Amino acid sequence: MSDALLAIDNLHIAFKTGRGMLDAITGVSLEVQRGEIFGVVGETGCGKTVTGLSVLGLLPKSAVIKQGSILFEGRNLLALRKDEMNDLRGRAIAMIFQDPSTALNPVFTIGAQMERVARQHLGLDAKAARRRSAEMLAAVGLPDPEWILGSYPHHLSGGMKQRAMIAMALLCQPSLIVADEPTTALDVTIQAQVLSLLRELRRQFDVAVLLITHNLGVVAYTCDRLAVLYAGRVVETGPTDAVFTAPHHPYTRGLLAAIPRAGSKGAALVAIPGSVPANPGAVTGCAFAPRCAHVFARCHTESPALRPLTGDRHASACFLTEGWEGRE
Amino acid sequence: MTPNMPHQPEPGAPLLEVRNLQKHFPLPGGWFSRQRRVVHAVDEVSFAVQRGEALGLVGESGCGKTTLGRLVLRLLDPTAGEILFDGQPIARLSKAALRPLRPRMQVVFQNPLQSLSPRLRIYDIVAEPLRTHGRATGDDLRGRVVALLEQVGLGAQHLDRFPHEISGGQCQRVAIARALALDPQLLVLDEPTSALDVSVQAQILNLLADLRRRLGLTYLFISHDLSVVEYISDRIAVMYLGQIVEIGPSAGIFATPKHPYTKALLNAVPEPDVSARRELVVLEGNVPSPANPPPGCRFHTRCPLAFERCAQQEPLLQAHPEPNWLVACHLYEERNETP
Repeated sequence: MSDALLAIDNLHIAFKTGRGMLDAITGVSLEVQRGEIFGVVGETGCGKTVTGLSVLGLLPKSAVIKQGSILFEGRNLLALRKDEMNDLRGRAIAMIFQDPSTALNPVFTIGAQMERVARQHLGLDAKAARRRSAEMLAAVGLPDPEWILGSYPHHLSGGMKQRAMIAMALLCQPSLIVADEPTTALDVTIQAQVLSLLRELRRQFDVAVLLITHNLGVVAYTCDRLAVLYAGRVVETGPTDAVFTAPHHPYTRGLLAAIPRAGSKGAALVAIPGSVPANPGAVTGCAFAPRCAHVFARCHTESPALRPLTGDRHASACFLTEGWEGRE
Repeated sequence: MTPNMPHQPEPGAPLLEVRNLQKHFPLPGGWFSRQRRVVHAVDEVSFAVQRGEALGLVGESGCGKTTLGRLVLRLLDPTAGEILFDGQPIARLSKAALRPLRPRMQVVFQNPLQSLSPRLRIYDIVAEPLRTHGRATGDDLRGRVVALLEQVGLGAQHLDRFPHEISGGQCQRVAIARALALDPQLLVLDEPTSALDVSVQAQILNLLADLRRRLGLTYLFISHDLSVVEYISDRIAVMYLGQIVEIGPSAGIFATPKHPYTKALLNAVPEPDVSARRELVVLEGNVPSPANPPPGCRFHTRCPLAFERCAQQEPLLQAHPEPNWLVACHLYEERNETP
């Protein structure tokens, strides 16, 4: 058994819909080590948010976990009772969502929302809870914590609200934070502040972060390792440096080539033709095959498994990995 | 000149010119106090777009870029200033007088699922402007619609679909086909790819670049994403709190940005590249409220290079020694005092 903080193994999740079952995740496996920032990256509908929600035990009622396991500090989260999960969530596993304006309760002050968490999970009295909340607001770089504690969410700017959310997530010194698109609703200059803060807090509190994002730039800047998801599966995973310097899977390469970059003017962007499959579960073979430039017969009949490439824990789910050694 | 006489633009005049344009929005409130506060969404903005040129407009949320786009299209009425379209002043034209000009300036919005009617089939969405302006009927109309769809990479097989039955990227193609239906000269593109995934964004950006080349269109391209703007635009205008702080050639702005805000904006974007990994330049503080902008240079509260004069005196948008380049920063003025 591995000593990973979080180990997701062969997770399959489907949703009950009016038109039958829809597979959202068809085999996600990944491991997050202690104190590591791990990126989960992919486009709309790839299953990255569902993966995050499954770790938090916050899947909607229509979701069905068909197989797999999620081990957190050695315990299978999928086997926990509701009250056990409630105790874990917020204390050992915290979360940060995309839009701080909708994630914070508009009718309570920041102080009331933070103190409630501190009292429930840490058993602090009112005074100690307030002190602890103020400490955390200062730790995320918010000026005048006492003023923030007395403020309602609408008094704060978007960047300040996201910092307050992060402070709230840190209250109980969690070992894992699930951050779903934490900077997508923010402007670039504020995004830079929040990403730098996440890296700083990881050093300071030794907290692991599962960073879910569609933005490869955010991953390159923030994450130690990453997994690229496509149509509910991990298609490539590895250390950030390895994946960005030698991307292997045609989808990862396509994503990187499709991003407009400074100084690339004039050259046409390499778009990936087509769009993502509506129901990944209904696809036989590799789900990326219909859009892939390197497709061959076997891709349509058989689904490739994650296979290791040269280098440290870099793996790709593509038949081209066979005989990868020595290529390029 | 009688009102009905067609306007004769000077040869070589820009297709679009904006002079000292202002838009103020009154804030709610003022019930108890007489004094009503206003947001200066666009404040004294001037620029010109030449025929066939693509001007990019970048800035963070609340900088006024979308308001500026809507003013140019006269979807909003300006508070003060002038807009010249093909040499003709349009800032104070009535709706009726604007109507013959409307086909010549079209718009594509950010979210196609919101800008396309969910109850209309693709055919009717693209045919509507042609019908409204009496450009085609019957079989001719159908042929025109199919031709327009083919121009954006769709086809006759999409005619009977509804917007929710096709993907987001295809919806945006329909929105572009609709905008092209009346053979416009100017296209205002307001964050046309922000709602799309990167792989699809690349398809749409390539399509827009290709259409401009083929049809000789003029673009006003609005986005918060600098690299997207650079890809499409010949020149770039950077906005901060309702004002243009820098405007210049796109390649130049990226290679050697002049204004400290432009530099900060460029250095705040995390690049999808680990070989050139650098520390992001983190600007301190938040964007001030446009209802109450700081005195002097509006950026001085966050500027790492601010000096005394910046808090007192507002810098004007002035020519920089490099051609076609304007900057509003005291650092580039005649230096009477050392910064």
